[in-house]
Amino acid sequence: MDELESILKPLMLEGLNGDAQAHARLLKLLSERLRAYFGRRLSASPDDVEDLVQETLLAVHLRRATYDRAQPFTAWAHAIARYKLIDHWRRRKIRATAPLDDVADFLAAEPVDADAGLDLTRVLATLPVRQRTLVEDVKIHGLSLSEAGLRGGLSEGAAKVALHRALKLLAERLRHADR
Amino acid sequence: MQTDELIGLLSADTRPVSRYAPAQRLALGAGAGAVVVLLMVLGWLGLRPDLAKAVVGGFFWIKAAYTAALGAAGFWAVERLGRPGVSANRAAAVGLSVLLLIELAALVQGLRMDGPARLIAIEGGSWTVCTRNIAILAAPILVITLLILRQLAPTRPSLAGLAAGAFSGGLAATLYGLHCPEATLVFVAVWYTLGVAVSAAVGAALGRWVLRW
Repeated sequence: MDELESILKPLMLEGLNGDAQAHARLLKLLSERLRAYFGRRLSASPDDVEDLVQETLLAVHLRRATYDRAQPFTAWAHAIARYKLIDHWRRRKIRATAPLDDVADFLAAEPVDADAGLDLTRVLATLPVRQRTLVEDVKIHGLSLSEAGLRGGLSEGAAKVALHRALKLLAERLRHADR
Repeated sequence: MQTDELIGLLSADTRPVSRYAPAQRLALGAGAGAVVVLLMVLGWLGLRPDLAKAVVGGFFWIKAAYTAALGAAGFWAVERLGRPGVSANRAAAVGLSVLLLIELAALVQGLRMDGPARLIAIEGGSWTVCTRNIAILAAPILVITLLILRQLAPTRPSLAGLAAGAFSGGLAATLYGLHCPEATLVFVAVWYTLGVAVSAAVGAALGRWVLRW
């Protein structure tokens, strides 16, 4: 457990300093923990697991300014995962049946295989066309942000702003996608 | 969409983040809110006529220090509660200590008066409007603070809303002191405190609904 903290926290700190590769590694490792964590608590609706993983990753990314560097990273990430799980249950009007465990349990989860997130695909289709094209160019065609911006006639700076806005919009709409 | 694709997107959006970003955003919003409240005090209530004389006296500042301390503890708690997995116990302890100190001092002051004098002190000249005015003045700051808090990550929405209300109420009550000439501890401890409490209660009720993300 402390081992995981000693891997994740430095990655988080590097990501907060603007290191995109460290940030990607962090999200990848975190996604495995989240998948196992949600998987065990959503055994009645396994299709929701990956949607919730993706919603949580978006939240972790967009709200990473709320991480206090003096705090254990895993405590912060667990609090977000727990919040997203309860929010999911509340939206579905399900009363929590699984125990709401501590951080240790969050960390002990075993990795499982990933499905695709259906909600995010659906929500992506509702974005304004410029944002959607930008997201798809970066995501599917694997273009860098500046290349993708160039295709859409955007400067690199404008593409950065547009991507950030698109992600915020995706996160906002994702919360309401399963209604 | 595959999660790995999402991670690619998110990492393309990596930029440096300041460790003070939440506090800065909250302070900026509070500043904007305070300007609005100041304009409300000037345009709606007016400054107390004896302001120039009052600022050289001690009680004007005691009153301001009390409400400002409540506001500061509220701000501290908001900054903490906007972060997942962080507790606001120390901020709450400071806020409650200040509250207790003033209530005790007011109690001593009240007990040393005889009955009619005590009643006059409690009612002052504005007991019917004081609490209401503070709650109204707190509203703009509360709205702004809740909107910013929503962009942070409060995992305990009622508590975070309560803190936002205490912060807004404390700041509003401090500015209200520019209008209100009441000059007894007894009055402030009852009606000012009640104004801040109303704001905190409204904040807690709104927080439950607004602070979802």
